[in-house]
Amino acid sequence: MKLNVNGRDRAVEAPGDMPLLWVLRDLLGLTGTKYGCGESLCGACTVHVDGKAVRSCSVTAADVAGKRVTTIEGLSRGGRHPVQRAWAEVDVVQCGYCQSGQIMAAAALLAERPRPSEAEIDTAMKGNICRCGTYERIRAAIVRAAELAGGRR
Amino acid sequence: MSLSRRAFLGTAAGGLVLGFSFGLPLRGRQVAEAAGGGAAVINAFLRIAPDGTMTILCNHSEMGQGVWTMVAMLIAEELDADWSAVRVEHAPAAAAYADGVWGTQGTGGSFSTVNEFDRLRRVGATARAMLVEAAARKWKVAVEQLRTRDGFVVHGEVRISYGALAAAAARLAPPAHVTLKDSRHWKIIGTSRRRLDSPEKVTGRAIFGADVRVPGMLTAVVARAPVFGARVKSFRADPALKIPGVRKVVQVPTGVAVVADHFWAAHNGREALQVDWDLGPGAALDTDRLAADFRERSARPGRLVVAHGDAAAALSRAPRKLEAIYEVPYLAHAPMEPLNATVRIRGRRAEIWTGTQSQSADQAAASKILGLRPDQVVLHTTFLGGSFGRRASANADFVSEAVEVARASGATVKTMWTREDDIRGGWYRPLFVHRLEAGLDAAGAPLAWRQTIVGQPTTPPGKNGIDEDSVHGVTNCPYLAAIPAHRVTLHSPSVGVPVLWWRSVGSTHSAFAIESFLDELAAAARIDPAEYRRRLLAGLTRHLRVLDTLVEKSGWGRRPPQGTARGLAIHSWFDSTVGQVAEVSIEGTRIKVHRVTCVIDCGLAVNPDGVAAQMQSGIIYGLSAALYGKINLKGGRVQESNFDGYRVMRMADAPRVETFIVPSRDKMGGAGEPGTPPIAPAVANALFALTGRRLRTLPFDLGAGTAPSRPPRAGAERVKD
Repeated sequence: MKLNVNGRDRAVEAPGDMPLLWVLRDLLGLTGTKYGCGESLCGACTVHVDGKAVRSCSVTAADVAGKRVTTIEGLSRGGRHPVQRAWAEVDVVQCGYCQSGQIMAAAALLAERPRPSEAEIDTAMKGNICRCGTYERIRAAIVRAAELAGGRR
Repeated sequence: MSLSRRAFLGTAAGGLVLGFSFGLPLRGRQVAEAAGGGAAVINAFLRIAPDGTMTILCNHSEMGQGVWTMVAMLIAEELDADWSAVRVEHAPAAAAYADGVWGTQGTGGSFSTVNEFDRLRRVGATARAMLVEAAARKWKVAVEQLRTRDGFVVHGEVRISYGALAAAAARLAPPAHVTLKDSRHWKIIGTSRRRLDSPEKVTGRAIFGADVRVPGMLTAVVARAPVFGARVKSFRADPALKIPGVRKVVQVPTGVAVVADHFWAAHNGREALQVDWDLGPGAALDTDRLAADFRERSARPGRLVVAHGDAAAALSRAPRKLEAIYEVPYLAHAPMEPLNATVRIRGRRAEIWTGTQSQSADQAAASKILGLRPDQVVLHTTFLGGSFGRRASANADFVSEAVEVARASGATVKTMWTREDDIRGGWYRPLFVHRLEAGLDAAGAPLAWRQTIVGQPTTPPGKNGIDEDSVHGVTNCPYLAAIPAHRVTLHSPSVGVPVLWWRSVGSTHSAFAIESFLDELAAAARIDPAEYRRRLLAGLTRHLRVLDTLVEKSGWGRRPPQGTARGLAIHSWFDSTVGQVAEVSIEGTRIKVHRVTCVIDCGLAVNPDGVAAQMQSGIIYGLSAALYGKINLKGGRVQESNFDGYRVMRMADAPRVETFIVPSRDKMGGAGEPGTPPIAPAVANALFALTGRRLRTLPFDLGAGTAPSRPPRAGAERVKD
């Protein structure tokens, strides 16, 4: 099976029912995408498929064949994406385990809505759980990322 | 940290180490491996590379609480390091890295900062002295003529970098005595510093236990007992072995492990596996019945915890008497990263990679299982994807199991837990019931207080029969001293549910019971809840400082926004005092917490922004428990399994949190846990102010509680029925 991950075509031999999450983590060694629930309940496994946020635990590799998959490793070079810069600036992370998924969800939101309202932020991020409770800083960082991205245009 | 938690950690490695050494050059293979290529090993905690990069080996586990940054701050302050050149990694498990006070290596009880404050500053000061000595020898000048600044030793107009001095400094004997800086000269301690682990955590490079990859590694999931205490009668491995990628099926003490090429095959193998269990008495466990039994027990006195005067007599004489039962359920910790450990066994040496809070205990348990000495078990600490106490396993449960899986399968294996395994796997915050009785005088002041606590002990009770963890926040309850007659007793029944420390431990239930009941007394006395507390806290400057700041910053006493009400709670444990005011409304059938004002006095705040982050974190963690968290057992089976049934707070429901750190040089306390206890009672008290309903059971159920007898006034107290 052929996949396009982070701009590279990759050939994998995966069982047909194997979620993309485990293809990424266990077959391609891209461990930045995390397992948290396996049921699309927590968002830790969020990646982009053709630019949209998708829970990689709940799609198979076959589902994304022919589409562009982007993981946290491929979001930017050296963490320079505005969302990653804002995350560092606001000091969002605590344990950090959910943050790949949070960042991918936020990046997808900003790609669609460059200046999201508070309600739009809450809606876009409702599928991403953070047990460390960094929500308030995530909100602030999304607002900051929108500024950083805007400043670049 | 309670005595019992400390006692556990102290004995885990075979006895409390009373003294500790620091600043000693590292010796031994394990330690040499810890050193990076080309960098000079100054002491157990510090390497300096020729380019000046300072690598600090952090002996505490980074689980989100910011300990990497805090530890680096302590060392860098005394070292006069260039902060931008500071890097951190986890130290290996070794005697040199035992906690500065406990004597074993581990992290918990909110005490890393407190326990390491002096020792790690000395580590930095010792290293600085060695660098200065090296420069003095090089330049042939007296050390007194040298100063240090931002990673350089300076002599007049000349300076030399620490990187250039490191190799020579590492060959010197550390000085026997160093003088620490006066706090007036601190440049780093007391300033907010961004987290040093941010860059790797925002790029996905950070390695958690689940991300560890070792050549030839297989992945296992374990079919564990469907009810606590059940044992494997027999199992059929064939259906599992038919799944492509499944390599082995092996029995271990906790169940049957399916070992495969990758997680998905192991997962599917476990689905196919057929295990016949001998369920045993655990199949009768039922949390509703257990809670009823605990409530009944609370009517009888337990073992004496603390008493003064004759509470029974004072209660019977008091003109007014109040009685209430508070109840909290079993709770899973549910850290974002499910448990895991990777184990490689090669002859007389084993290696473990895991995110753990208790390195010494895990190392001791693994060495016992394998018949090795602890130093033959190399333990690599990865980042912890949350923990909240779950990875401070009293019996090293998940690490021991992973060792058993690797041994039984004869392979290098990463044992992974699923979310369902995590939620159903026990080691919960125990179910607790508090029965509270108070007698008030004619003016509403408490004359008598009787409290009977019922709950499973997290550690075996001490000599006095009391599990210290069960009475956190009770033995130091500041109100009791102001109540002439009081008596607190404890029942510690044995129940076959494995229980463990959960962020803020006993304070999770004692704060809810005490701070809610105090609000009931204030309402009965028709006195403002803040004022009622102030009277009982007379003379306790730290509590009063927190209370006064809280009243000022929260707008207490002023009208809250339309449709909302405020509730207040204050609690002390972990040597910190935290007060919170929650602003709450009801939207349909939903409790909405809009805003939380939080005040902490933790003495010196080493990293104020880190303290603020921990307050936010503790509040959200406590709100998840207050609004949603409950593990139900029916027929011994845990009813919840994932984040659908075991709900936790999400962003849209998260309140705005404003934290104020009281400027204080009182005894230094912790910050990782004490943000959690006050939030549940603060919300309960706000709901009472809003609705007149007193909700005494967690999680809150708006359908329960006492009916209001008259319309409540928002932001004010009302008389209890």
